[in-house]
Amino acid sequence: MKSLKFVLPLVVFVVLVGFLAVGLKLDPREVPSPLIGKPAPGFALARLDDAGRTIRREDMLGKVWMLNVWASWCVACRDEHPHLVAFARTKTLPIIGLNYKDSRPDGMGWLSRFGDPYDMSLFDQDGRVGIDFGVYGVPETFIIDKQGVIRFKQIGPVTPAIIETRIVPLLKELNG
Amino acid sequence: MARWIALLLMPLLCLAAVAKEAEPASADPVLEARMLRVAAELRCLVCQNQTIADSHSGLAEDLRREVRDQLKRGASDEQVVQYMTDRYGDFVRYRPPFKGTTAVLWIGPIVLLLIGLTVLAIVLRRRTRMAPELFEPDEDELRDGAPAPGGEVSR
Repeated sequence: MKSLKFVLPLVVFVVLVGFLAVGLKLDPREVPSPLIGKPAPGFALARLDDAGRTIRREDMLGKVWMLNVWASWCVACRDEHPHLVAFARTKTLPIIGLNYKDSRPDGMGWLSRFGDPYDMSLFDQDGRVGIDFGVYGVPETFIIDKQGVIRFKQIGPVTPAIIETRIVPLLKELNG
Repeated sequence: MARWIALLLMPLLCLAAVAKEAEPASADPVLEARMLRVAAELRCLVCQNQTIADSHSGLAEDLRREVRDQLKRGASDEQVVQYMTDRYGDFVRYRPPFKGTTAVLWIGPIVLLLIGLTVLAIVLRRRTRMAPELFEPDEDELRDGAPAPGGEVSR
């Protein structure tokens, strides 16, 4: 009974430290997306480079593709950009940009200045499609499978490590 | 002289660049009030401890517009909250629904309170059984010059 008096506070302390340790590692900015495993929302958007051509969700069915949300005003996108350009060179899958709340000249200028990794970019001026995709922190990246289901979401810049450990294995699974 | 005035006025130029036009409020004050009430239930994901009603972030402005448009189209408050939950998850709701993943959130505080009350009850009960000598004498007992038997009084 006497020993309990010493052990109990110790146990409480260890549990508390455990909770705090886990809490330190969690990133509160990373909100689990409810969209994973659900069909991608429907959209019909004009291309950034050609206002006359509209791309719909249905146009992408049958392919595994990547949707990368970017904007010329987004600073983190600039950090991510070289990695995307390098990944695009491997021609692993179609990469579609979603130019989010931007202007056409700014977006086009940004691509010509930093390079264009996208097969095409869609122009979401008022951010409505972004809302449908639950976008809240640009850049965001989605992987969408052949059936049009969202399989992966990355909030914040994609890094080479994420491409290697998360995206490439997923693509093998989806294409295999 | 003119140069000095120009220099003095320069900081004001920055202000002009930062200041932003007020958002156009809906012409209908009833709708606007309803929109703000719904928006106050929703968390702004860009600045996480603010509601969408309070936040000035671009996303919050867009979401307020979305709430306003949907209410205008005749959606119920619940439908709008559901619309946001479908896209951003339970996290956007300041009052998340009770279910498996949120059970700890809802029950946790009650459990902690019960543990606290139990410990308090046990401690108090033990104390009533203790001999009075084990306690320090009360101050008025000291003044009356009647220290507890066996209790040592020293200042």
